Amino acid sequence: MSLDRPLTRNVRADRSPTDMAAYEANGGYQGLKAAVGKLSPADCLEILKDSNLRGRGGAGFPTGMKWSFVPMGDKCSPGDKYLICNADEMEPGTFKDRLLLECDPHQLIEGMIVAAYTLQANVAYIFIRAEYFKAAALLREAIAACHQKNYLGNNILGSDYSLEIHIHASAGRYICGEETALISSLEGKRANPRAKPPFPQVSGLWGRPTIVNNVETLCNVHHIIERGADWFKSLGLTEDAGTKMYGVSGRVKRPGCWELPMGTPVREILEEYAGGMADGYSLKGFLPGGGSTDFLVGEHLDLAMDYETIGKAGSRMGTGTMIILDDKTCPVGFVKNLIEFFARESCGFCTPCRDGLPWSAQVLDDIQHGRGRDEDMDTLARQVKFIGAIGNTHCALAPGAMEPLQSAMKYFPEAFEQHIQGSCRHCSGGGH
Amino acid sequence: MTETTSMQLVPTLSEEELRLIDAEIAHVPYRSAVAIDALKIVQQHRGWVSDESIKAIASYLDMSADELDGIATFYNLIFRRPVGDKVILLCNSISCWIKGCDGLQQKITEQLGVQFGETTSDNRYTLLPVTCLGACDKAPVMMVGEELHEDVAESSIVRILGGSTEP
Repeated sequence: MSLDRPLTRNVRADRSPTDMAAYEANGGYQGLKAAVGKLSPADCLEILKDSNLRGRGGAGFPTGMKWSFVPMGDKCSPGDKYLICNADEMEPGTFKDRLLLECDPHQLIEGMIVAAYTLQANVAYIFIRAEYFKAAALLREAIAACHQKNYLGNNILGSDYSLEIHIHASAGRYICGEETALISSLEGKRANPRAKPPFPQVSGLWGRPTIVNNVETLCNVHHIIERGADWFKSLGLTEDAGTKMYGVSGRVKRPGCWELPMGTPVREILEEYAGGMADGYSLKGFLPGGGSTDFLVGEHLDLAMDYETIGKAGSRMGTGTMIILDDKTCPVGFVKNLIEFFARESCGFCTPCRDGLPWSAQVLDDIQHGRGRDEDMDTLARQVKFIGAIGNTHCALAPGAMEPLQSAMKYFPEAFEQHIQGSCRHCSGGGH
Repeated sequence: MTETTSMQLVPTLSEEELRLIDAEIAHVPYRSAVAIDALKIVQQHRGWVSDESIKAIASYLDMSADELDGIATFYNLIFRRPVGDKVILLCNSISCWIKGCDGLQQKITEQLGVQFGETTSDNRYTLLPVTCLGACDKAPVMMVGEELHEDVAESSIVRILGGSTEP
C-alpha cells in the first residue's frame, strides 16, 4: 500500500469503485480498529490537532481546532451531537470529492466513523448533491456492508460506542455547500445561511453541537489516527501538512485530478501532471482553487500550492482545483460567467448579495457587449468594495464572488478597457 | 399515526410514497424536517410536484402548504411544473464555458427546439442549466436523466439525444 498517497491508494485507472473486500484487503478499517474502543476520544483529538490537518473544503480552517469547540462529556448538555459530511461539491471548477466518493466510498465512511467517535456523535449525515447518483448509491452499499461487519450500528466492535450514518441527497442549489446553509437544508428548510455566532459546534443541526467537514478532510482522519501526526506532517512539502487533491481544468493538455504532497509547486501541477497548456494556447492567469478565489498569473507559477503561500500571494488555495484562463479566452467573459453563476446561486437573504451580484453581472454584460462606459470601472470597483466586504452578508458567497472580479480588474485591466472601447481582441471586435 | 389512518387523511399520496416518507421521519426530531426528502420522493413517483401534492405533503408533515411551497421553489431540482421524461442538465459553469457549453446549448436548442426551462412538445426532454457538475476535467459535460456525458462535442448531441427531432 502506498503510504505517501493515502487518499488515492484504492483509486484504479478505470475509476471503478473499491468494495468492502478490496478495501479491507488493502488495509482498510484498520484506523477504525485502532481508534474505537482503543483510544479515548480526547487522545484522538490530540492526534488530530498535532497533525495540522486543515479543512479541505476551501477555507482551510484547522480541523482539530474546529472540533475542539464541541462540548465533550459533562460539558455537553444531554442529547445528540452530529457529524455532517459536506459532499455538496459545487464550487465552479472543483471535481475532487466526486473522485474520492466514486472510487473509494469506504474511505469516507471509515473517516466519518473515526471522526464521529472522536466527537462522540452517535448520528452522522452525508449531505450529497442531488446529481451524484452513482456516489450516493455506492455510499448506501458501503453503509450496509459496514452494518454487517458491525463497523456501524450499536456497540461497534464490542465497544460502548454506537453510530448511524444517514444519507441526505440534496435537491440542488450551490448555497447548500455553505455549512450553516447546509444545516438549514438538512432541517428541511430553505438553505439560508445563518448568522454566526452561535457557531455550529455549539448550536448546529436542530440546535445541537454539530461539525460539518468536507469529504476530503474526513477521508484523512482515520489515516492520521492509524499512522500518527508525524507521519501526516511528513507528507507535506511545506508547513501545511498531508497530501492534497489538486486539479486542473481549462485548456491544458491533460485536465485531471491528482493526490500530491501539500505544497507541490503550481508549475509542477500544471506542467508535469496537466501536461502544460494545450497546443496553440498560452497561460494568461489562473484561479488557484475554484470560482471564488482571486486570479494569480505567470509570476506566481513557482509558488507552493498551500494555504499560507497562496494566501500571501493575494489569493486562496480554496479547493485546490485550478481553473486556467488561456490567452484566447476573454477575461471579461470569464468573470461574467462566474458572477452570473454567483448571482443565480445567491439564496437571496442578504441585500448586497441578492441585489449587488445581478448588478455586477449587468455591468459586465454591458461591457462585454459594447455598451460599456468608462465610469463602469468605478461602479465595479465600488461593488467590489461593498459586496466584497466581510460582515455585510451572513456568508461568504458574495465576498467570494468578488475575488475573481477584483483580481481580473487588477491583472487584466486592458481587457475591460478594450471592451469598453469596442475592440476586444478575444471577442471579434467587442460586440459579441 | 398508522399507515391506514394516514392514508385516510392524505388520500393523494400513495402507500409507497407514505412508506418512504415515514422511513425518513423515523430519524428526525419533527415531521417537517423531512420536507425536502418528501418532495423528492413524490417527485420521483410523479415526475413533478403539483399544487395538490404540495397540499398533501404539507398536511402529512404538519406544516402549511405555503411554507412547503417556499421550500419547494427554493431548490432548483424540485420541479413545480411538469417536466419531460428526461431532464437534460447542461453545465454552464466556468470550466464548461471555457470548453464551449454555449455552443452545446445552441446545438441542443436546434435539435430539440427548446430553450432553458422548456420541454419538448413530445414530452421527452426538458432542458435546464445546472451548477458545476464536478467533472471539469471532462468539460464540457451534461447529464441526461441520471447519466453523465463527458467531453461532449457539438457533433455528438444528435447521438446522445437519439433521434428526437424538432417539433
